[in-house]
Amino acid sequence: MTAPRPDIDPIRLHKALTRIWATGPGWQRLAAVNHSVVGVRFMVTAAVFFGIGGMLAMLIRAQLATPESAFLGPEIYNQIFTMHGTIMMFLFAIPMLEGLALYMLPKMLGARDLAFPRLSAYGYWCFLFGGMILIGALFAGVAPQSGWFMYTPLSSDVYSPGINADVWLLGVTFVEISALTMAVELTVSILKLRAPGMTLARMPIFAWYILVTALMMVLGFPPLILGSVLLEMERAFGLPFFDPERGGDPLLWQHLFWLFGHPEVYIIFLPAAGALSTMIPTFAQRPLIGYRAVVASIIVMAFVSFGIWVHHMFTTGIPHMALAFFSLGSAIVAVPTAVQMFAWLATLAHGRPRWDVPMLYIFGFIVIFVCGGLTGVMLAMVPFNWQAHDSYFVIAHFHYVLVGGFVFPILAALYYWMPHVTGRLSVHRLSVPAFWLIFAGFNLTFLTMHLTGLLGMPRRVYTYLGHEGWTALNLLSSVGSFVLAMGFALIAIDVLLQARFGPRFRRDPWRAGTLEWATPTPPAAYGFASLPRISERADRLSPGEIGRTLAAGEGYLGFARNGWQETLGVNITTGEPDQIVILPRPTYLPLVLALTTGLVVLSMLFKNYALAVFASIVVACLFVWGARSAGQPRDHGPLPIGLGLSVPPHPEAATSPAVLAMGVTLIADGAFFISLIFGVVYLWLVAPNWPPVEVIEAGLTLPLVVVTCLFAGPIAARAATVALRRQGAVMPWLGVQAVALLTALAAVVALISGALPDPQSHGYAAASFALLAYVCLHLGVAALFVLSNATRLRAGFIGPRRNHDLRLTTAWQDFTAISGVVAVGVVLILPRMMTG
Amino acid sequence: MWRYAGLAAVALTLGACDGPLSTLQPAGPVARSLAQLGWTMIVGSGVLLALITGLFALVILRPDRAARMSGRTWIIWGGLVLPALVLPPLVLVSLIAGERLSPSDPVPRIEAEARQWSWTFHYPDHGGAQTEDILHLPSGQAVDIVITSRDVIHSFWVPRLAGKMDAVPGRENVLRLIGGAPGVMEGLCAEFCGLDHTHMRFDVQVHDPEGLAAALSTPVFAPEP
Ligand code: HEM
Ligand SMILES: [Cu+2]
Repeated sequence: MTAPRPDIDPIRLHKALTRIWATGPGWQRLAAVNHSVVGVRFMVTAAVFFGIGGMLAMLIRAQLATPESAFLGPEIYNQIFTMHGTIMMFLFAIPMLEGLALYMLPKMLGARDLAFPRLSAYGYWCFLFGGMILIGALFAGVAPQSGWFMYTPLSSDVYSPGINADVWLLGVTFVEISALTMAVELTVSILKLRAPGMTLARMPIFAWYILVTALMMVLGFPPLILGSVLLEMERAFGLPFFDPERGGDPLLWQHLFWLFGHPEVYIIFLPAAGALSTMIPTFAQRPLIGYRAVVASIIVMAFVSFGIWVHHMFTTGIPHMALAFFSLGSAIVAVPTAVQMFAWLATLAHGRPRWDVPMLYIFGFIVIFVCGGLTGVMLAMVPFNWQAHDSYFVIAHFHYVLVGGFVFPILAALYYWMPHVTGRLSVHRLSVPAFWLIFAGFNLTFLTMHLTGLLGMPRRVYTYLGHEGWTALNLLSSVGSFVLAMGFALIAIDVLLQARFGPRFRRDPWRAGTLEWATPTPPAAYGFASLPRISERADRLSPGEIGRTLAAGEGYLGFARNGWQETLGVNITTGEPDQIVILPRPTYLPLVLALTTGLVVLSMLFKNYALAVFASIVVACLFVWGARSAGQPRDHGPLPIGLGLSVPPHPEAATSPAVLAMGVTLIADGAFFISLIFGVVYLWLVAPNWPPVEVIEAGLTLPLVVVTCLFAGPIAARAATVALRRQGAVMPWLGVQAVALLTALAAVVALISGALPDPQSHGYAAASFALLAYVCLHLGVAALFVLSNATRLRAGFIGPRRNHDLRLTTAWQDFTAISGVVAVGVVLILPRMMTG
Repeated sequence: MWRYAGLAAVALTLGACDGPLSTLQPAGPVARSLAQLGWTMIVGSGVLLALITGLFALVILRPDRAARMSGRTWIIWGGLVLPALVLPPLVLVSLIAGERLSPSDPVPRIEAEARQWSWTFHYPDHGGAQTEDILHLPSGQAVDIVITSRDVIHSFWVPRLAGKMDAVPGRENVLRLIGGAPGVMEGLCAEFCGLDHTHMRFDVQVHDPEGLAAALSTPVFAPEP
């Protein structure tokens, strides 16, 4: 086959590519899967939620401005502060960073889109619908009211009847699904979809930050999802995971929550720091100093952040040895933070700093975030923590960290990258006064709160009496918060003005060194008309020049072929192209899937479990149906990609993005499983009212059947792959897998219903039930994989060279077998071990 | 002139630190050492904040001077040496302080039971006397408060005497308190516990021996309205 000739007329090439990549007009916008569109949607929606969360904050400050205010009662106040925290963490910060990464990464890495555009669209809709459920509850007056960390037993059915807590558990879990899909999407895209020649060590630093963040999300969200699932099971079906009377333990919730909640803070901070590490070199007019040190420090930070969750629990009465350990760990986190801070200072010192609006916010970031970091070290010191914990000192501390470490960098990023999104430069009239209002207002609001806290004001109180000495400070805080709000209002106006009236520009207005400025602005649907070859660190480029050659089609893939949306996949380490990734066209599938998932969530919220089961089945079928014609119906062999290279399309490549995505998904699943095992062992060792009176009585037959079938599955899956390679019969092996899976499923169900004590009776039985249910779920999903394999095999999408489907099934079955055996082992053997 | 202004500012700030719930106006040795630790760290943080802001200003205003140190030197001194100088002594001091504040020698015990939304105190050493929302303490003597909960998680906090300790259902937590001179102050529930969390407060009275006996001689106190 000959290479399609590169189209050297930029206009013709632009038209040809746009025809292939563009999202349709009107209603077809709902079918958009393009990363620029979805990324902007994420960011705009997150900004709207920030506005709502901010208004709630204003209500809080209005209520607390004077003692014994009659403005809001406790019923409403409790909902408002819970929703403020929940919105800011789950509906603003996380989606905002996801949107930024979604929009930026392909452009910085020199790819045309992300690896799984339909998955990003699904993630967006899940986020939107989950957010709408939460906001809807707020307007209906049934919003969650137990605080954003939902401590049990306050959030359990006994002390929080009504659907308020369920709204939190289900709504937030819905949004977390979105976060997990984004984590997989981002990890795989960074590892696989880069410009040829861009090795890992040449990636722009932002990509490193997002890679580490995404991996942290992969490991960090599962414990929270697990906690939410367990608590919802306790609330809905009376399974006592957290009820101390029946062998549960309220502190288990705290462990699971903070196992997520602490890394969460770094998940929020790292992308912001990544944006800073991108902007600071531009304004210093020199590349980042200490690239390697920064990469090392973010990796260290990620590791340490998973080991210090207990510092949120210093007052729960845990043993002193543990306190010392976690206190030390929390102090150590200051080191990688300091390394980054000084790398930035060094970059500025060795450059020729240029002053512009983003630099103002960078200044604000440094002052505020350093202050928040220092109070963080103070709080890590256990004796001080005993006084300051749960007081306004902590409120002040984490707003310094979150506003300083996230909102300020995001505002800097807003002014830096808005021109990329709109194609217009900003007009500086409003941005400078807006900054000073925000900076002054913020410090007035929150600096005072440190003192309010040390004077003994606890958080989450809806009023105070007036004799405590808190009155003047609170009034100051409230005044400050309104100054702050005015600053944000100015920014909103400024942004609208810019989008409407800002002057247009050609390319690369900041003289930056990263590739995103080599795309047309506002970005074209296809991103790059052709893909560059990178031969140095990708933050030292001259995007202006590169942009011109790429637009002329002088890079890779500078042509339109078969109406395919093509981009290149590279070898993870060498960065050499090894496949053409052919991306899916716009489709309503993500929307429909998310609506159906939303139906599952809503029906559980209103306790219509029959409907929930039905909708879940529809979701599963949609997944299988959506995958029915992915990939290619025949082998193509290597196809030319320009500049004298040829590589095969992704279904024929050695490692396609899907295979990698399965790996990442299984890591997340593994984190979920390990958290569950941790929970079970924790209950055995620590919970009150143990050991249980009654344990499982299973005999030998059922467990043997389960274990045999668990292992038969993966073996048959491998046999199927071999048969495919030898062009033998594959279907029979799919049949064997199906039989093994369904037999195992039946046997586990028999264990649950026949041998296990009533799951409502004791934490032990509930935990064992959870483990076995986990196994059932995995067997069920494995069966879906086999079903999908069968349909796709029939339709010709699986072939000797296109065997990824079977490899996915094998990987899933391996995981199911291993986790299944461990789970069954824990359920059957742990009671014997523990009770002697 | 400036000296007086400075003194006035200090006096004002210190004056503003008083209050029935203020950790900065300690009324006993435990809270006093906590406040000391707090002040030390606040001052230290102030110095570090000034240092880093100063460096930022230097870098922006006088880049030629800032560039005299190589990038590597910046990162090693700021990122590694500085934390290595500050953190280990800090961690050590606070660990020692923490251990000193929670010894395990036997002292009289008072049981504090939390429930939505009030506190009940039992005094086993005073013939099982019991009070609601008011805690009587001996002056100058260590006591262990045994903290439990009947429903959700609460947290026992008398800021002028010691740090806080959670009341977790299914568990017993112990907090060492030492009352100073006789006097009155306040305590509260510091962990959000539902609708009336805000009003889950209690009074604290520190007595000399006779005063304590008198206060606890009436076996049951009517709950405060
Ligand atoms: C825009 C200005 C903001 C103001 C004036 C503000 C104000 C407040 C106040 C007064 C509280 C304490 C409420 C209470 O304990 O009764 C609070 C809690 C909280 N805020 Fe903010 N906040 C702001 C922005 C943010 C941002 C940007 C975030 C996160 C990214 C955030 C996250 C939280 C969280 C997690 C809580 C704890 C809620 C809880 O206790 O359940 N806030 N905020
Ligand atoms: Cu309470």
